[in-house]
Amino acid sequence: MGKRVAKEVSIAVADAVAQCRVDVISAYPITPQTHIVEHLAELVNNGELDAEYVPVESEHAALSVCIGASATGARTFTSTSSQGLLFMYENLFIASGLRLPIVMVIANRSISAPISIWNDHSDVMTMRDAGWIQTFAENGQEAVDLVYHAYKVAEKCLLPVAVNLDGFIVTHVVEPIEMAEQEVVDKYLPPLKMKYKLDPKKPVSMGAIGVPEIYTEAKKALDEALKASYKVVIQAWREFEKLTGRRYNPVESYHMEDAEVGMVIMGSLAETASNAVDELRAKGKKVGLVKIRLWRPFPMQDFLKAIGKVKALCVIDRAISHGATGGPVGIEVRSALYQSNKRPRLVNFIAGLSGRDVTKDDFKELFERTFEALSKKPKFSYEIYGAKE
Amino acid sequence: MPRDQGLMSWKDLAIGMYILEPGNSAKFKTGDWRSHRPVLDKEKCIKCGQCYLLCPEPAYEENEEGYFICNLMYCKGCGICAAICPKGAITMVLEEA
Repeated sequence: MGKRVAKEVSIAVADAVAQCRVDVISAYPITPQTHIVEHLAELVNNGELDAEYVPVESEHAALSVCIGASATGARTFTSTSSQGLLFMYENLFIASGLRLPIVMVIANRSISAPISIWNDHSDVMTMRDAGWIQTFAENGQEAVDLVYHAYKVAEKCLLPVAVNLDGFIVTHVVEPIEMAEQEVVDKYLPPLKMKYKLDPKKPVSMGAIGVPEIYTEAKKALDEALKASYKVVIQAWREFEKLTGRRYNPVESYHMEDAEVGMVIMGSLAETASNAVDELRAKGKKVGLVKIRLWRPFPMQDFLKAIGKVKALCVIDRAISHGATGGPVGIEVRSALYQSNKRPRLVNFIAGLSGRDVTKDDFKELFERTFEALSKKPKFSYEIYGAKE
Repeated sequence: MPRDQGLMSWKDLAIGMYILEPGNSAKFKTGDWRSHRPVLDKEKCIKCGQCYLLCPEPAYEENEEGYFICNLMYCKGCGICAAICPKGAITMVLEEA
């Protein structure tokens, strides 16, 4: 067992990346990701980490470097936020299309305009269709553990993995964190060996044209690989549990066994929401929480199991899909329900944009409004909660 | 499914659609969307090889008699060979459907 030490989460995440013995790091600093890559640069500079740190002129280049390095069989890392992620955009699809096991930590932040450095999920939701495995951390311990997990999964599936943690709310908080022992990490993560890589002794071509006769098949193969990664994600968490005692699931539920109203949420707001659940439970209200940790591939069966027999679901989104029928999570959940026989009433709120606090009282109100929706069908398909009239 | 036309099951594709065999594009019929094909008049040809040198594919190959012959499996009908031929020995002829 490792020792619990108080650490800023960004520093702990960087230390975890170093423990994974990465070969190449390439990143461009952007708030609130900065401390992660700064600390890694320090570790490389001090000789504590034997890796190549490639400073670049942009995030587009940062991911390009990772793509090139990963194609040669190197273990790579990058990290970004907000506009930086958007600047990487076209390369996101190349990383997954070429099946490169790159790991990226995203310190989630709003996107411009208006410019904002604060937290929500509008950056990562733009890449939900990019073919990356995507996980969400609720707190610092999870963030660190998801980094170890990301390398395990990426390299077994040969798919890129994005680990999401809420900017500032998670990244800049000092938490007691138990880092895995180095020998445990080494046992968990054997050196990366890729069957095919850029090697002059055994040449292969990557990134060839996909003519209409073959493009569909190439995309189908990626889609199947992403779906099949689900099993590896679970196995990697089970193996991690054996080594560290910490257990993770794609979907976590809290007080859902007999819940009438459930709330679906991702990321750090789940901690506040669970406090609201505790207080409402103390008053006899049958409420519960469903936390989605694995966003891609979407764990449909786990989700359907987790919601039990709720009569109504309140889905919290932290991003807007302008002009759509709901927020990204709301749309996903409605689609999942449509394929099952479960038909709880569903209300979808977009809350906590750009770091606006969603307090315990807000969550109680959201639960209250979901109870109201049981007797009266809401007129909206989603609502931007808290927008001042 | 004929592989030389790029048709295969998604299960048979190499990971990431990598090409594992260098130069394998020579196995694929890449000249099937040509609208015009070059026709050589050997009477006029002086075997200078300009067509061979300038063909962007390259689709031209030298035969045993020293003529440069266009391989229609790869020729896309761009007409550079006909334009460059100093003797006007190559004519572009419309492909019939």
